[in-house]
Amino acid sequence: IYFLLLFVFRTYAIRRIRDAFRENKNVADPAKIEELLNKAKANLEVIHRQVTIGQMYSTEKLVIESPGNT
Amino acid sequence: MGSPSAAGRERGGAAKGLAATSAGVGTVERSRKLVVCVPQDPRVLDSMLPYLTAYYGNPHSRTHAYGWESEAAMENARRQVADLIGADSREIIFTSGATESNNMAIKGVARFYKSRKKHIITTQTEHKCVLDSCRSLETEGFRVTYLPVKKNGLIDLKELEAAFQPDTSLVSVMTVNNEIGVKQPICDIGEICRARKVFFHTDAAQAIGKIPMDVNNMKIDLMSISGHKIYGPKGVGALYVRRRPRVRLEPLQSGGGQERGLRSGTVPTPLAVGLGAACEVAQQEMEYDHKRILQLAERLVTKIMSEVPDVVMNGDREHRYPGCINLSFAYVEGESLLMALKDVALSSGSACTSASLEPSYVLRAIGTDEDLAHSSIRFGIGRFTTEEEVDYTVQKCIQHVKRLREMSPLWEMVQDGIDLKSIKWTQH
Repeated sequence: IYFLLLFVFRTYAIRRIRDAFRENKNVADPAKIEELLNKAKANLEVIHRQVTIGQMYSTEKLVIESPGNT
Repeated sequence: MGSPSAAGRERGGAAKGLAATSAGVGTVERSRKLVVCVPQDPRVLDSMLPYLTAYYGNPHSRTHAYGWESEAAMENARRQVADLIGADSREIIFTSGATESNNMAIKGVARFYKSRKKHIITTQTEHKCVLDSCRSLETEGFRVTYLPVKKNGLIDLKELEAAFQPDTSLVSVMTVNNEIGVKQPICDIGEICRARKVFFHTDAAQAIGKIPMDVNNMKIDLMSISGHKIYGPKGVGALYVRRRPRVRLEPLQSGGGQERGLRSGTVPTPLAVGLGAACEVAQQEMEYDHKRILQLAERLVTKIMSEVPDVVMNGDREHRYPGCINLSFAYVEGESLLMALKDVALSSGSACTSASLEPSYVLRAIGTDEDLAHSSIRFGIGRFTTEEEVDYTVQKCIQHVKRLREMSPLWEMVQDGIDLKSIKWTQH
């Protein structure tokens, strides 16, 4: 589903999620873990909705998305 | 999803997708200015959509559920904005953008106190709307001091202190400059103003959500906030107006008395909600974004400066916001560079460069030579900028600068060791 988001949001999402995951990997407190998981679930829903909208109002790919096409 | 095209598209939030078909025309201008015109964060759009669809009530209608929902959302947004700057939510007034906020603050305060106070202090590098407001006040009989800036773009605090007069009502200095990215010493200015009991207004449009701002620590009395500079919607902003000690201002807009009587007009709930969400996201992401932007900025500057000699960074190297970089390329014909990079901006979809033919008053104020001012490019790096974009832009920039210099007779002369300033040009 990520591939349908606008290029920059896609790269942002991937990067941000990966970094947040790494940042929080040592969290041990179960209450905190639950809070983080809930936030993550909410963000996932945002992504789902925005992907759908992005599909509805799609634009052409950027040059930078297709390497070798300078 | 369509074939890649040589003319890129402006990156924009899905909401801007609505303008996708007409984006072709608008793309040239908008795509070049990431610093000024940034995509909406999808989280912001997501928060706004319910208020554009199901929850369409007027937040000022007290008598039915639709209104209550809208009002609750609006007040929540107000709190989100206030939290970002350390204010109380009652001190936040929603406006149509930072331009309106600036107008309100400057004209409003000046006019309210005009019976006793007729003097205003500002700087030469302020945003056009601030300078224009001051100019219009001058025609009303106010006196304005436009403080010069040092070569590095910062004001001289001694000059500020010397500029105060017994009837000064307001000092207005922007936090982060949108052209060269310098960060003024806001805390110091705040102290100086507080000591003299003069109101301090700052246009924080470029600073909010990017660097920590606290209206109490920084002794700020009025602050302008812009929605679309922090990945929020266009057409909305806010003005922070301190309550203790109370700042009074004469409203610009007359009407039904909304927003504490300071700004009449129905508050656009979806936009206000978007602004609030943008502020909340910015607060959460500030540290992460700043670290990244700093890295990317250093990458950009280091790469360009190591490959290409005679590049000047405009504005202080240290006291700045890293995401706004202004570089001047000596011995390069300005218009050609602009044309070349226009293509770069278009073809890479990288909205991260901006240049204009008119040498800006900001560059003139920091003492840049005419020719350097003409060949200056502003690079904007933001939350969504990728490394690939930075690398691509850097590569193209270097390529074009080198190409243009090869063609430049001035460059040839410099290479031969001739001092350009000693040349006597003859008429033909």
